[in-house]
Amino acid sequence: MERVAIIGASMTQFGQREGEWITDLLAEAGIECLEDAGVDADDVEHLYVSNMASGEFEGQTGVPNALAHDLDAMPAYTQRVDQTSSSGGAGIYAAWQSVASGASDMTLLVGGEKMTHKTTGEATDVIASLTHRAEYKTGVTLPSFAGLTARHYLERFDAPRESLAKVASKNHKNGVDNPKAQFQKEVDVETILESPIIADPLRLYDFCPITDGSAALMLCPESVAEEYTDDYVVISGIDGATDTHVVHEREDPTVMGGVVESGKGAYEMSGLGPDDIDVAELHDMFTILEFLQMEGLGFAEHGEAWKLVEDGYTERDTGELPINTSGGLKSKGHPLGASGVAQAVEIYEQLMGEAGPRQVDAETGLCCNVGGFGNCVITTIMEAAQ
Amino acid sequence: MTMEATRYEDGSISYPGHPRGPGGSNPAETIDLSEYTAEVVTWTTSTATPPGVREPNHLAIVEFDVDGESVRAIGQLTTGDVETGDEVQPVHVDELREPGAGIREPESQDWDGYRFEPV
Repeated sequence: MERVAIIGASMTQFGQREGEWITDLLAEAGIECLEDAGVDADDVEHLYVSNMASGEFEGQTGVPNALAHDLDAMPAYTQRVDQTSSSGGAGIYAAWQSVASGASDMTLLVGGEKMTHKTTGEATDVIASLTHRAEYKTGVTLPSFAGLTARHYLERFDAPRESLAKVASKNHKNGVDNPKAQFQKEVDVETILESPIIADPLRLYDFCPITDGSAALMLCPESVAEEYTDDYVVISGIDGATDTHVVHEREDPTVMGGVVESGKGAYEMSGLGPDDIDVAELHDMFTILEFLQMEGLGFAEHGEAWKLVEDGYTERDTGELPINTSGGLKSKGHPLGASGVAQAVEIYEQLMGEAGPRQVDAETGLCCNVGGFGNCVITTIMEAAQ
Repeated sequence: MTMEATRYEDGSISYPGHPRGPGGSNPAETIDLSEYTAEVVTWTTSTATPPGVREPNHLAIVEFDVDGESVRAIGQLTTGDVETGDEVQPVHVDELREPGAGIREPESQDWDGYRFEPV
């Protein structure tokens, strides 16, 4: 099977994009990605749109067809990919499958979400609608799951509360150098620990913001990539997996089975292991998730990710495995359908040597995109083309 | 008024029940968890709640022991004054959150249920 290449990437400014709606954001990222890849819209055969809830947020459905028209990419086949917060990663998997199967020689993936016109409560409710009926009626939110899990983790592994704050502080620091991040300011551990409680023991700065934004990738077979450029990235491993819909039914609340299984599949496909990864983008929608993914992906032993964070192992400029060099969802923002795509945009830029002040020494990168509270997960491993 | 869990043919129990249990096992009977006490596994107090949900909202994951078989459940707490390991009992509430205030279709589910009260 021929390898699948990424030959272009783009990301809009993340943040509050007042007066711009889902189709505007998708078109902006889509056009920029076409230009970055040097591909004519006529040559796009498949067009995938990662989006969780444009119907619920905005009353706009049918966005893939709208985007095809806005890009003048007809008659490209279009499809919307919804996998809640992991819609972006699922879009990468769909786009990879379209190329790997031979169905498409040029696939454009655009992920996006428009959220900030809703109140925090309304946006939280749209996201919480993914829960089981028995969960929803309790008023549980995704942040509440994070609070429940964080307390259990801290108590069980005797981890200091400060270790979670250090995740947020690190990712905010990385975001300073990302001009497209929603927040570009450092936040110290003390400020994080004194911020308002949102879901005890987690506080405001343990959570990502509500965000508008879009990101895009251009995928094609490696043989086609070589017609466009000498420098590109390949997807060497990708897999997706699910865990229980009802979160409390998991045997161990500190293990996300979807992370473990999708990571296992991606490692197996690529022939690589955790020690081979030079840089990673993990789904830090909540600080506790960075610990759970580090452990599920084999970067740390179970219950010990917090020690690596305390030791500076995941720092961008000095750590052995820089995590969330983009600033992560925490500082970059989390426009649901765009986030998984934007993770891969960061890894693409790192592997291409285009990350500017965020640049680390990397030949191999990994992104992990989590939907629900670990309900569905996509792990993608990318390598600089040799 | 029951807090209905499902026991499957393989002996395992889940709350809520599913059409198929572990290993594809079929549902065998229902069990009313409101007749049992449970232990708090973890808890939180949520201060950023969606429309129609009380604020603050005290929540816990608890674990019941039903004849040697453990089954977990999530639910609201009657108080934020709890600790991990506390024993709680389910108490019925007519309305856990306001139907129709949130995004979900009011007719799509029931809205009454149980809160966990420290014993």
